[in-house]
Amino acid sequence: MSFFTIVARDVRLAMRGGGGAFLALAFFAMTVTLVPLAVGPDLKILSAICVGLLWVAASLASLLSLDRLFQADFDDGSLDLLALGPVSLETLAFAKIAAHWLTTGLPLTLLAPAMALLLNLPARGYVALICALAIGTPAISALGAVGASLTLAIRRGGLILPLIVMPLLAPVLIFGSGAVRSAIDGLANGGFFFLAAFSLAAVLLSPFAAAAGLRLNLGT
Amino acid sequence: MTGQSRWASLFAFANPARFMAFSGRILPWIAGAAALLFGVGLYLALFVVPPERQQGDTVRIMFLHVPAAWTAMMGYALMAFASLMGLVNRHPLADVAAREAAPLGALFTALALITGSLWGKPMWGTYWVWDARLTSFLLLLFLYLGYIALWNAIDDEVRAARAAAILALVGAVNLPIIKFSVEWWNTLHQGESIFRADGPTIAPIFLWPLGIMALAYTLLFFSLWIVRIRTAILRRTVRARLATAEMR
Repeated sequence: MSFFTIVARDVRLAMRGGGGAFLALAFFAMTVTLVPLAVGPDLKILSAICVGLLWVAASLASLLSLDRLFQADFDDGSLDLLALGPVSLETLAFAKIAAHWLTTGLPLTLLAPAMALLLNLPARGYVALICALAIGTPAISALGAVGASLTLAIRRGGLILPLIVMPLLAPVLIFGSGAVRSAIDGLANGGFFFLAAFSLAAVLLSPFAAAAGLRLNLGT
Repeated sequence: MTGQSRWASLFAFANPARFMAFSGRILPWIAGAAALLFGVGLYLALFVVPPERQQGDTVRIMFLHVPAAWTAMMGYALMAFASLMGLVNRHPLADVAAREAAPLGALFTALALITGSLWGKPMWGTYWVWDARLTSFLLLLFLYLGYIALWNAIDDEVRAARAAAILALVGAVNLPIIKFSVEWWNTLHQGESIFRADGPTIAPIFLWPLGIMALAYTLLFFSLWIVRIRTAILRRTVRARLATAEMR
């Protein structure tokens, strides 16, 4: 059992059983569709709020699928077996984060340009949007994994998870949408570098916090 | 019972007991000093300090607003420190201290936000602007609320303490980054005027009452914190005694 075995297992589970990956995508598309219904079909307004809206919808869609990250394995006892195995809990958490990103963050990044088209994103923003989402969504999966591990023992922990993770995601949204908006305006900015730095730090440190969260819930 | 475990149980019992004795002795002094400093500080702030040249009398809100903001940040730092102690040393008193700091921190954060928006109305013409510091304080409030919600959601007290401690520490690492990112995003709030390398840019007549008010707020926080921790310990003792009484 290695890092890649766990990633491959989780990706396969997400693709086949329950369709968790597809649900997050559908939720993302539906949220984006609701906004023009609520604020009106004016393409000028939609074009102005497009970037921020896509970031908010993408982080909500990611967070929504996060409470399942460890829950299924915790309920059927696989998590105890995985914890007893040769792989450390830190590696396990890292593998879970990678699998979550591959089945949620990456598809969201690929779907985002299509939704941006519906919201009239200026032509200059597309490459920046894809880059920013590709860089930023791993941080959402990573910080979300910390929240998922801490709320593992809570029945119906569904609403607590977003509440404790969302404030931590503020830098991702700020740098992520700031970078894209500056690219649209043709301004040079450090948003991408800050986003990349935050994302790297989150992906690097979160497995340790998530492993500590798992450990306390497994009682080892 | 082996000698070691007897010592362990003694250790666990002795510390809250020692804390109760010690805190009971110092609490009246801290609370009294807080009341005295509030009296002096408020008198200076409301009657002695002259109206400021540009802001007029509204500058007096500063003496309530700025110390509340400082205390709110201090509260998070204390909560994170207590969490670290609880996590590393497995000390139940530290867990209780961290838990009891959170509602106070949230309260002072809310106070800073409310006084800030009351100050913002005459200054900026609106109660709320998406200014960097106001926004980071709003996020701080949500961090406190998430921490309290996590504590309340987990039934097992030991697990709740450890989960909340991890969250507090993740938040403590993230807070400076959040603050920086929000500042990068937008800033309208007046710049730092007290803690500057080249000395404060604020007139001394404003500085003195501000310092006294800051001390008063800090002592108020500590008095309320001690009362909350004592109440939590007493509640636990009562529950334990009721449980033993029922067993008989």
